[in-house]
Amino acid sequence: MLTIAPICGPDAPIARANPVTKLFAVIAVSTAALVAADWLTPLLLLAALAVATPFSGVQWGPLLRRLRWLWFAAGAVAAANTVFAAEQTGTTLLSLGPLEIGAGALTDGVAIGLRVCVAATVGVLGFATTDPTDLADALTQQLRTSPRFTIGSLAALRMLPLLGAEWRQITTARRARGMEGGRNPLRRARLFASTMFTLLVGAMRRAGRLAAAMDARGFDSEMPRTHARVQRMRAPDWLLLAAAVAVSAAAVAVSAALGTFEMLI
Amino acid sequence: MISVEFSGFTWRHAGRRAPAVADVDLRVEAGERVLLLGPSGSGKSTLLAALAGLLTTDSGERHGRVLLDGEDAASRRGCVGMLFQDPETQLVMARSGDDVAFGLENQAVPREEIWPRVREALEAVGFPYPMGHPTHALSGGEQQRLALAGVLARRPELILLDEPTANLDPEGAGAIREALRAALTDTPATLIVVEHRVADILDLVDRVVALGPGGELLADGPAEAVFAEHGDTLAAQGVWVPGAPLPAHPGGTPGESRLHGESLSLTYPGADRPALDGVDFDLRAGELLAVTGANGSGKSTLALLAGGLVKPTRGEATVPGERTPLHRLPANRLATRVGSVFQDPEHQFVTATVRDELAFAPRAAGWPRERIDARVSELLERLRLAPLAEANPHTLSGGEARRLSVAGALAAAPGVLLLDEPTFGQDRRTWGELVDLTADIRDDGTAILAVTHDRDFVAALASREIALEDGRVRSETRRC
Repeated sequence: MLTIAPICGPDAPIARANPVTKLFAVIAVSTAALVAADWLTPLLLLAALAVATPFSGVQWGPLLRRLRWLWFAAGAVAAANTVFAAEQTGTTLLSLGPLEIGAGALTDGVAIGLRVCVAATVGVLGFATTDPTDLADALTQQLRTSPRFTIGSLAALRMLPLLGAEWRQITTARRARGMEGGRNPLRRARLFASTMFTLLVGAMRRAGRLAAAMDARGFDSEMPRTHARVQRMRAPDWLLLAAAVAVSAAAVAVSAALGTFEMLI
Repeated sequence: MISVEFSGFTWRHAGRRAPAVADVDLRVEAGERVLLLGPSGSGKSTLLAALAGLLTTDSGERHGRVLLDGEDAASRRGCVGMLFQDPETQLVMARSGDDVAFGLENQAVPREEIWPRVREALEAVGFPYPMGHPTHALSGGEQQRLALAGVLARRPELILLDEPTANLDPEGAGAIREALRAALTDTPATLIVVEHRVADILDLVDRVVALGPGGELLADGPAEAVFAEHGDTLAAQGVWVPGAPLPAHPGGTPGESRLHGESLSLTYPGADRPALDGVDFDLRAGELLAVTGANGSGKSTLALLAGGLVKPTRGEATVPGERTPLHRLPANRLATRVGSVFQDPEHQFVTATVRDELAFAPRAAGWPRERIDARVSELLERLRLAPLAEANPHTLSGGEARRLSVAGALAAAPGVLLLDEPTFGQDRRTWGELVDLTADIRDDGTAILAVTHDRDFVAALASREIALEDGRVRSETRRC
């Protein structure tokens, strides 16, 4: 089952915020992080996120557990970009046989790693605190997205965990038939392809049945729909959105004022 | 209440040569409660889909008329509620209450009316959880009750039920029937139900309509009259006619031991108690051992461990002449020792033709060519699959796919066959075929372990029965 420990309680301020607000706040912060090519802008954004986290109701423990692999990945990105930079510019900091690291390459590598860090952190803060159903409700109500697309995706999302369970069943059934990957990479590839095929055949049938069941309950008829649950933009939502935009702009402005700001081409 | 009329109705699914139903004339008066019978492939589900307005012009070719209260069915979609067979694919939302509300939102019911109606529908079906309960945490029977609430909340004037209990265990099926009974006394809606297990729902209907293999009208009238006059024909077509005799195949004296289970135990990762806890058994040649118990009692886990398909936490399953426990055998060798047949036959299909499917395990076991060919021909004949030898396994009917999965498990001549719910959801005819086939295999000297809810199957074939409860053996009985 696809269940992950929640990073905040159901009544935390951020859990109650409108999902579309959070979507735009995430977009604002990650855009700022991604257009800036320097190291200071993402660092300032990270600092701002750290300051904001206690007010959101998100608990540090679960948040950091959720983030550790993403940050580890960001570290790996930084290291790779430093070592494999096109040119090792600036003072040579380290020289180990063929490996040579210049100060310029290190700064650029760290900057890239920090940007990934910002995108990961703000993404987890925004989406791990959002119920998919609420997001779908808000998308159809605030952004007027097509219910056919939005609710269809939501129903498909609900089916995803079933695929994991079915994959295990198919693999077990394959073993019963005398088919197993073992250590032979060719056989493993064949087994993977055959399991995937069976999974897809099943998924297609299931999708067809789900679509029929949704139609039978009047979905996508010409009639307009009502909403059982209202999603509204309230004052705190506007405040959150304004804060996200202001902080993103401020980070860029501070970095520019100090002369470190670099624009990504 | 709404009246139903088919006149000269023919429907051919896009891409198919033969029509699913041809020239159907049928009238159901407002408020009538009709049981619709017919063999597999006679188009019962197609008729229901037509009434629910699900047959759109781009999905096939249509002649004749389908009328609800004299109007084209497609224009009255909002008055029809349909419950399908598979609970898993009827739920749309992550929270139970939201799922019932979904149908009301589509009907544009004003918000302030939605939640009271959701609550009322959930109460009507005896849904035992709060509205926020996650739908994925429900059992099959509970999911089906929730889906029924979703149908009832829309206050349909015509209710269609397409084998509503076929995918459920006896407990879940019983709860659905109870919910239906309660709900139907409260509504004047017209009802059309398709169901093979007739006896359980006869008290819900006042008229039985039976279709022939081509969708032609075979019989129509009150249940007693229809079954008295056409009982044998209907039974031959797959209907569980009430009171029709069931076959009995008592086995001979069991031979030597073929499979031994020693304190088999398994705790699934993250579970707080074992799914199976120290089960011992011994299975002999020529006998059928039935494993029974409620859902979650560990039956299916026992089948997995006995078949060497999953590594036990403790204990082991072994066959004579093989020192390595089954779960450590390589798959190609395992298939020559134990054959396992799963609930969903399609999970086991690994090739593109029926013939290759049967040759697969013998080939993996390294049999010589002539021996493989002889074995495949023998199985094709014996399981009546010869005419389908070149067909794709995924295109077979339910009964054929089931026979193929049994044949595939037997292909490499294992001495042991394990069956997981072999008769689940089958009509009477396929059921009879499976019982006869299982008896043949057993009487040829194969040792069979069958995990099942089906009391009739146990009565017909089992010489011993192990009843499980909470992962342990509650009782062991010797039959016949």
